[in-house]
Amino acid sequence: MPRILSKETLAPDVVRFWIDAPAIARKRRPGQFVIIRTDETGERIPLTIADADPARGAVALIVQAVGKSTHKLNRLEPGDTVLDVAGPLGQPTRIVPGMRVCCVGGGIGAAVVYPIAMGVKAAGGSVAAIIGARTRELIILEREMSAVTDPCIITTDDGSYGRKGLVTEALRMLLGEGYAFDEVVAVGPLPMMQAVCNVTRPLGLKTIVSLNPIMVDGTGMCGGCRVTIGGEQKFVCVDGPEFDGHQVNFAEVAARLRAYREDEAAAMDRYRAELAAPPT
Amino acid sequence: MAKKITQKTKTPMPLVDPDVRRHSFGEVATGYSVELARQEAARCIECKNMPCIAGCPVEIDIPAFVRQVAAGDFAGAFQTLSAKNLLPAVCGRVCPQEDQCEKLCTLGVRFEPVAIGRLERFVADYAALAHLSDGAAPAAYTGRSVAIVGSGPAGLTAAADLAKLGHRVTIFEALHKPGGVLMYGIPEFRLPKAIVEREIDTLAGLGVDIKTNHVIGRTFTIDELFNELGFDALFIGTGAGLPHFPSIPGVNLIGVYSANEYLTRSNLMKAYRFPEHDTPIVRGKHVAVIGGGNTAMDSVRTALRLGAEHAYLVYRRSREEMPARAEEVEHAEEEGVEIVLLAAPTELLGNEKSRVRAIRCVRMELGAPDASGRRSPVPIAGSEFDIEVDTVVFAVGQGANPLIRSTTPDLPVTKWGYIVADPETGATEKPGVFAGGDIVTGGATVISAMGAGRRAARAIDAYLQGQGRKEPFLPISADSSVAPSSGT
Repeated sequence: MPRILSKETLAPDVVRFWIDAPAIARKRRPGQFVIIRTDETGERIPLTIADADPARGAVALIVQAVGKSTHKLNRLEPGDTVLDVAGPLGQPTRIVPGMRVCCVGGGIGAAVVYPIAMGVKAAGGSVAAIIGARTRELIILEREMSAVTDPCIITTDDGSYGRKGLVTEALRMLLGEGYAFDEVVAVGPLPMMQAVCNVTRPLGLKTIVSLNPIMVDGTGMCGGCRVTIGGEQKFVCVDGPEFDGHQVNFAEVAARLRAYREDEAAAMDRYRAELAAPPT
Repeated sequence: MAKKITQKTKTPMPLVDPDVRRHSFGEVATGYSVELARQEAARCIECKNMPCIAGCPVEIDIPAFVRQVAAGDFAGAFQTLSAKNLLPAVCGRVCPQEDQCEKLCTLGVRFEPVAIGRLERFVADYAALAHLSDGAAPAAYTGRSVAIVGSGPAGLTAAADLAKLGHRVTIFEALHKPGGVLMYGIPEFRLPKAIVEREIDTLAGLGVDIKTNHVIGRTFTIDELFNELGFDALFIGTGAGLPHFPSIPGVNLIGVYSANEYLTRSNLMKAYRFPEHDTPIVRGKHVAVIGGGNTAMDSVRTALRLGAEHAYLVYRRSREEMPARAEEVEHAEEEGVEIVLLAAPTELLGNEKSRVRAIRCVRMELGAPDASGRRSPVPIAGSEFDIEVDTVVFAVGQGANPLIRSTTPDLPVTKWGYIVADPETGATEKPGVFAGGDIVTGGATVISAMGAGRRAARAIDAYLQGQGRKEPFLPISADSSVAPSSGT
């Protein structure tokens, strides 16, 4: 059972764990993810591999607590074990040596573009980054991204840090300044990814997005993560998680993410009550 | 000389009342008592020809174990069974004996055959309660190691046989629990998971190591298993695992599932015990399952137990063509499943929240036979009708999961993605790589996969013996717990 080696809070409800997983650390490439199950009654959930240290045999996962499973996970401490971690899953990011990329990370999406930025840099490419969030305290990985990208622009909706405004405005600014990119990689909330695609589509600028549907097995055998790309059915766990953003049926992805909303809310309420209850 | 015929029909299997069991995930068939088992075993007329053995894909010595049951020697019967079958409690429950051993039974020519499956289940369950040993002891270590990819019935059987022959066996399983379809596909009320776990645990006694959460094709490729982890041969038993959805509008609406997802949520993730278990499942009140095989039966009976007021089975051909076991169809109907024959979906209709609200079907009539020999269904123009539903489950067959073939370019596959393998030996065109079960044949049965595992184990053993003596292997992988160790 994989052990948690270290834990660091990056933002409210956002934690970075390093987990002991030698086989995965050795094999993983940028863009890939793991499926993790915290305990015997837990769900299987996908999490992007944010970083890996093959020499140490460890992988980094950045987790935002949004529902019961991620809240449970984020309460674990170094020394604790998670029951199951499987990976690396998904197609690795397609990286062409020397490519020029603009990485746009919205909120927790920064955790997904970070390994991609590192991978492009390692392949001799150049990366510009735009990292955006609603407000200052939700910006994550600024230091890490600045080390591998140039320029690294921070945006906040409320102007509390960096440039005030949306990531799309920063993107338009970069393009207006004459930056030329082979592709844009945009990861974040669905409306953000869609908005970036709307900016780049008329420019014919290839845009890769990373989708995060509900998954169960993660190996392509259940079809729960199915999406429609260019009118064709694809499974995010084996054909993705990255796709050509201009071909994605975003409305369908958004709709299917709501499949268990009531159950999820009820489970979260019950979990909070359990945590608040006095010990028996 | 054959014995006299005493009882013409099978001793009935005790079943939980349909009105009780349609709300419960408890096992439907509760098994023979000692008295009933001996009574049934005594029906065997001990004929000279013993045609039943030829009907068993894993070659169980049926007359011997049945005779032992009749005599009350259950320990002996268990040893006879275990010599050929790693999973008798599983097979006794899920094999289609009516198409196999029982179909050839001499008694069955004029009367009902001996209930061989029920007796196998009895012996296995008795052995578990009485903690009987199967008497298996592996041969001396050969110095050879075999990797088994997939812990479903094919892989488990190959693993047990190879371990008994003295080879070092490691099973790699992508999911977090071993068993394949035995765990995720077949529901609790037909095959209790505690029983599956118990039978799989016997592999540990043979020295087999099962590594869950290892996705071959991703965590390690086939070539890495040879070149970096040092395995001498490989068996691929990864199963069919690629769900089919028809190309009709609405298949991506909320509440529409492949049978694989629906059953995996319910069986493997225990969604039927939500919120005690975290994985949810849509508990539809009006559920339509499309298909006519055992998977469709499992899905529609699961829907009932999840609280459906109406659970429909929609099948495009007629009753006679349904591939499901007759026993499963009967149990389903007793429980209140409503079977809609000669109908096929043309469209799924959704509401404003993208949830499925109805399934539009067209009536079918049977035309000329197709390649499988079954009459082809033909839509009747203008016969569309809607059924109001909030859940739809497609159990219309599966394809080959692409993970292995897409990461092993030199492993030949058919145009549909199934691995090309010799039906007698499981040998593929890649040296040292063998394959069997659904990844070769397409969706079939647990027992045929086990037979394939058995035949491949024999062929792998011969292949390994042909390779000459080997030096002890020194692992180069950082995760040395995965490399085969030499010795203990």
